[in-house]
Amino acid sequence: MSGAALAVEHVSMSFGALRVARDVSLALEPGARHALIGPNGAGKTTLVNIISGLLTPSAGRILLGGLDITGLAAERRVALGLARTFQISSLFPLLTVAENVALALEARLKLDARLWGRLRSRGEIVDGAAALLDGLGLLPLAGKTVAELPYGQRRLVEMALVLALEPRMLLLDEPAAGLASAERGALVALLLGLPASLTVLVIEHDMSLVFRLAQRITVLVEGAVLTEGSAPEIRADPRVRDVYLGARSHG
Amino acid sequence: MEKLAATALALLVDGIAYAMILFLMSVGLTITLGVMRIANLAHCGFAMVGGYLGWALMVHAGWGILPALALSAGATMLLGAVLERTVYRWVYVTGELGQILMTIGLVFVMVASANLAFGSNMNAMPLPPSLAESIAFGVVAISAYRAFIIAASVVIAGALWAILEYTDFGARLRAAVDNPRMARCVGIDVPRMFAVTFAVGCGLAAAAGFLGSPFLPLEPWYALEYLVPVLMVVAVGGLGSLKGSFYAALLLGVIDTFGRYFVPAAGAFVIYLAVLALLLWRPQGVFARA
Amino acid sequence: MAATANGVRDAFQRHPWSWLDALPFLAVAVLYFAANTYLPLGTQVMIMAIFALALDLALGYGGVATLGHAAFFGIGAYAAGLLALYVTSEPISGLLVAAAAAGAAGLICGALILRTRGLTLVMLTLAVATLLQQLANSLKSVTGGADGLFGFKIAPVLGLYPFDLTGRTAYWYGAAAMAVVYALSKAVVNSPFGLTIRGIRENPVRMRMLGVPVTRRLVALYAISGAFAGVAGGLSAQVTKLVGLDSLAFTLSGNVLVMLILGGTGSLYGAFVGAFVFVVLSDRAAAVSPFNWLFAIGIVLILAVRYAPNGLVGLMRRGGG
Repeated sequence: MSGAALAVEHVSMSFGALRVARDVSLALEPGARHALIGPNGAGKTTLVNIISGLLTPSAGRILLGGLDITGLAAERRVALGLARTFQISSLFPLLTVAENVALALEARLKLDARLWGRLRSRGEIVDGAAALLDGLGLLPLAGKTVAELPYGQRRLVEMALVLALEPRMLLLDEPAAGLASAERGALVALLLGLPASLTVLVIEHDMSLVFRLAQRITVLVEGAVLTEGSAPEIRADPRVRDVYLGARSHG
Repeated sequence: MEKLAATALALLVDGIAYAMILFLMSVGLTITLGVMRIANLAHCGFAMVGGYLGWALMVHAGWGILPALALSAGATMLLGAVLERTVYRWVYVTGELGQILMTIGLVFVMVASANLAFGSNMNAMPLPPSLAESIAFGVVAISAYRAFIIAASVVIAGALWAILEYTDFGARLRAAVDNPRMARCVGIDVPRMFAVTFAVGCGLAAAAGFLGSPFLPLEPWYALEYLVPVLMVVAVGGLGSLKGSFYAALLLGVIDTFGRYFVPAAGAFVIYLAVLALLLWRPQGVFARA
Repeated sequence: MAATANGVRDAFQRHPWSWLDALPFLAVAVLYFAANTYLPLGTQVMIMAIFALALDLALGYGGVATLGHAAFFGIGAYAAGLLALYVTSEPISGLLVAAAAAGAAGLICGALILRTRGLTLVMLTLAVATLLQQLANSLKSVTGGADGLFGFKIAPVLGLYPFDLTGRTAYWYGAAAMAVVYALSKAVVNSPFGLTIRGIRENPVRMRMLGVPVTRRLVALYAISGAFAGVAGGLSAQVTKLVGLDSLAFTLSGNVLVMLILGGTGSLYGAFVGAFVFVVLSDRAAAVSPFNWLFAIGIVLILAVRYAPNGLVGLMRRGGG
């Protein structure tokens, strides 16, 4: 436990009478590829919101690299190396793709409060953005505003954004949702190519992606952990298949 | 001591009467802001229009209070409905800045028109003899007019609440306030619903402007004068919350009345300080649902 | 790599130095030589243009809606007036002190209220401005109360150019102040901080998830915007040699807001266009009849929203292609 990159310890949370997280515990080794699966409404996004700091749990602790971040504001957690994507890509619609990525670079390089000097003359930002966009094949789109882009490309821009932060711990909330199959393939290749030192927690419904990427899988049902194990173990577990009978029938 | 109690009671009655007028005026605005998220800075203009219309009917055409009230409220509702279909339509998509600009323009037109039609004198609904008296409650005497305002407002508030809680329309409106997008998805015709509530809100404001004119006299700048107190009621009460507006109006109306009496040199200082403190304490509205 | 870097560099939307920047100052020069009976009006336009620039930073770029920006104008005005009355009548120090006082107020006020959003924030800005006005009214010994501050002298600018009845010195002094504030505003908008602010306006949650302390950045912006508004107020005090309660009034906050929205937010140019149109229209129409002015402005605003939803600047952009 002490070497864990991310540890969730007995986290519980309620919205009024609704218990959205019950005594959830999770531990990820550095460099792990871990998936969080479960039917809709199981509380997966809520858990990611709790880990990233947008929600405060009523009980339990979150530890990042051994450090207790439970009371920390979301922006402080990002500064410690945590990054996340959103189910619906959260970007800056009226800013260009280059500006979106530049914002993330600015934040990482602690230049975001700098009042002097023109942005475009900052080499680290311009070159860094160019490299990131090139790596994802987004360079031709650099000058387009995000609002002009189709959905699949926006997802990729969000990936560029989070990678610009050079995180240690990455939370991905349904990265494949809404993508066409070709885009899905590109996404899988991207995720497989992520640095080995980066720890990744993925929420996904796309089982083929999950089994290609994840070493360990946690199954969440109605806010509580049903089971956790290695990918082959989960694949073979009949309880998981039962829970997913509904999900299987439409995709 | 008895004198202080009598003064306090008189102030309380004054404060509540003022609060009730503010409440009636703010109903329409809290729904407009809460459901359709339209920043309608011209809202108190409708109160002014209704007030002037009713006054003119009574003073120039010799009508009685109730018929004048009915026609002025009705005519204002019609005006509201027409404007909603025309100029307000333009700003549904522009965002708040466009709405602010358009509604400020509308208010300017209303103020200038009022001046053109009625001059810059102050006017008020003439009180019939029955309301001009005082009613004695033991040792204290309350003006019948204030009692009438409070009673009428409570009745209207009760009727509004009953409509919201017990009718189909009310249920659909509450759904639209809670989650407009979801409401649309389940088949609630949100734009139509809004057009109706907008018109009703204008009518209520008109009634408040007319009935409240002995308290808040009519003059061309009325529309802008009372905009800020009404906005404060809506903000403190929580957007879209009828109950919130009711309690917020009571709270602010009483605080303002007592504040102006006991600290006259400070003028509006007390009420603005109170609003500052209340909104910093509960930014989503003091009486908003958690 | 150089080619791709250039491609990215061009993909940043910035506020470039171009001939457009010279236009307002060209107009300033033209007015001086062509119609110098209107110099006081021109100075008034420049004062409001500075005020509108300040508001554009907060509202147009930062998305902070405010109905109380006159608070900073007024603080700047009173600061400049009090400095001239009690310490020194040197004008440039007056503007610097006005900026510092208003900027400090922006910092304190912003820290207090910028954690809120929407209508609540608007009402808080209004409450603060009104409280300040009430305070100014009450502290008669300091502010002169309802009578205001007057009777202070302003020394010649740079010791060379005295303020006289022709209004020439005031005119060029105002133009210089406007140039400085404009240049600083451009620098802010083009800086990394400028991009951060636009990001906050677009998506504050995402900014937090990039590790940016959103409220702190907004407070910094509010302080800068307040300081520039203070310069406008200080300029007004020095040029008219009078500071009254109306420098803190709701109508002033409303006017500058209308001016900016009319001109177009988020472009800096809109501040010039809006200030010019509004001040000139008000002046001309109010001379004829105040209430008819109100009617005309009202109609103009309603039509502007319909036909120029991005302000007059937006209209010009569309016209230009």
